[in-house]
Amino acid sequence: MTSSAPALVLSGLRKSFGSLEIIRGVDLAVPTGERHAIIGPNGAGKSTLFHLISGHYRPSAGSVRMRGEEIGGMAPQLINRRGLSRSFQITNVFPRLSVWENVRCATLWALGYRYSFWRSVDRLADARDRTEQILTEINLLDRWDMPAGLLTYAEQRALEIGLTIAGNADILLLDEPTAGMSHAETDRMVELIRQVTEGRTLVMIEHDMGVVFDLADRISVLVYGEVIASDTPKRIKANAAVQQAYLGTEVA
Amino acid sequence: MSKTTQNGAPGRPSGQGSGLVATAAIWIAVAVVLAVLPQVFSSGLAISTMCLMEIMIIFALSYNMLLGQTGLLSFGHAVFFGLGGYLTAHAMNAARGEHAPLPLEVFPLVGGATGLVFGILFGAVATRRSGTAFAMITLGIAELVSSSALILRHAFGGEEGVAFDRTRVLHLFGISFGPQEQVYYLIAGWCFLSMGGMYAITRTPFGRICNAVRDNPDRTGFIGYNTTTVRFLAFSMAGLFAGIAGGLAALNFEIVTSSAMGAAQSGTVVLMTFIGGVGNFAGPIIGAILVTYLQVMLSDITGAWQLYFGLLFMGMVMFAPTGIAGLLAMQMPLVRAGQFHRVLPWYVLALVPGLIAITGVSMMVEMCFHLTVNTADGPQMSFAHVAFDANSPLAWAVAAVLLAGGFWLFRRAGRKALDAYGSALEKARSGRAGR
Repeated sequence: MTSSAPALVLSGLRKSFGSLEIIRGVDLAVPTGERHAIIGPNGAGKSTLFHLISGHYRPSAGSVRMRGEEIGGMAPQLINRRGLSRSFQITNVFPRLSVWENVRCATLWALGYRYSFWRSVDRLADARDRTEQILTEINLLDRWDMPAGLLTYAEQRALEIGLTIAGNADILLLDEPTAGMSHAETDRMVELIRQVTEGRTLVMIEHDMGVVFDLADRISVLVYGEVIASDTPKRIKANAAVQQAYLGTEVA
Repeated sequence: MSKTTQNGAPGRPSGQGSGLVATAAIWIAVAVVLAVLPQVFSSGLAISTMCLMEIMIIFALSYNMLLGQTGLLSFGHAVFFGLGGYLTAHAMNAARGEHAPLPLEVFPLVGGATGLVFGILFGAVATRRSGTAFAMITLGIAELVSSSALILRHAFGGEEGVAFDRTRVLHLFGISFGPQEQVYYLIAGWCFLSMGGMYAITRTPFGRICNAVRDNPDRTGFIGYNTTTVRFLAFSMAGLFAGIAGGLAALNFEIVTSSAMGAAQSGTVVLMTFIGGVGNFAGPIIGAILVTYLQVMLSDITGAWQLYFGLLFMGMVMFAPTGIAGLLAMQMPLVRAGQFHRVLPWYVLALVPGLIAITGVSMMVEMCFHLTVNTADGPQMSFAHVAFDANSPLAWAVAAVLLAGGFWLFRRAGRKALDAYGSALEKARSGRAGR
């Protein structure tokens, strides 16, 4: 953690499915502590990029470095244990477990309990405190004993964030955290993200330009599997290539 | 939800405190029931049936560590039951020959160790996959092991199996384990320990992660857990407890044959667990008791008992996929809110035509059975103490009317009962929220 290497460095990253190349040589560096947004039209490969970083897919070529160490092609749990956690675009929680159990399960590995089958889970004070803290942060404490599958959409999205931050990872990847939310819900989610990413590195895929320009320190624009620009929000707004490829229609 | 709305502030939601006392009370009650049962039902048949039930409770609970807790459908769980039994039998014979100073009480551990070792061996292969592939691998392992039982005659004793005498080991406190009642207490003790152990495992970090793997294996990787490791550990532990059950079965019967690990035994544990209910810790216990009782009782009164058994399983899967425990759990909110009396009459109303329909079905089954299997006895038979001619159209008409009429009324009453349940639940919920 003390090393000066950037949180994430992607270089020459490629991913093909059969003859179809989705990610076509991505180079990207995210310094520690930065809030970085990835934008781009549908089908640009944003989610695929997240799958490559988080271990869901194995890269066809190139490297993914986390604090200087290669993680490309590692199993998701190994990457997670190194301190990188991600959320999903389509809500991906444990539907039959209660909200409480969902979050508590996500805290256990980081607290060192691993596969322990000799300790009562209810007596783990640190897991309980951490779970309660997360539920307070995502504002779901009063839903604690509800099966996660019965939550409303916005509540499930909040739980999705809760699962992502519960393990205390210092690099967070959030895949469209505000997708499908109303204005009020989006505002609350932005506040939540700002709060929970304090002191952490954030990479976020987002379609809502308001959210992007509000939160991001830097923005990368992904078009057809390539990063065409990576810069501060101000300069991205002014970038002609970006406007032509993507932004022009959405922000004007 | 209700717990938090009631006292306003959510407080500490892990909900222990009062739960701990209730849990302890339940376990004490279980121990007392296990201890008192042979005094209440003291006939020889009753005691040996209860021995079998307790063995099956361990077996079904161990199976539910896979199916209900971790979401693994195995078709070969009897392998661990059978191998545990065989090794226990061999250990008994060896102990007799060398006068090993071991009491009978510890021999189920041999079964458990065997189950664990083979659970680790087979689990290392099977748990690399999940879902259908996992189910197919377990089916293959079951076939492999049960066919080698007939090939490796030296180890498995061929068709005769391996027999031994359970009284010829060290006696502690003068207990010889000759009388069945003494064996009952041995089995009851191990049943209690195993139930407690398996329940405790569900309440550990590992137990909760098993549930997470069952619900959403993909996501489990992204919270730091290796799903293959979780499945492997669950599979090995299920093998351990199935082995204990198999060891107890060996001590109970003083013989182990290859049928103990056959496909039928693997099937039985699936049925028990499903009929009892996979979603609840008590489900497999209920299933094991009910199915064992039906096996003993039905096989006594009808030759077609397996057919009834199959119909019961189909009925449960179709109409009550959460099992008996699931149906009972559905009533709990009503009982707590004092609304259960509203639905009870509707349940009785549905039950009566249901029983009539079942009477119609079993009359037809018995007539078919009598005409085909018992041909030598002629067409005269009796059903429910009524004598009649199985060839007469009148008897068939009566059976058909009972079945059709009963089923039609059952469907109507069933729908009414469901409506009643829905409105009572509504009332129970609004009553709580308003408080």
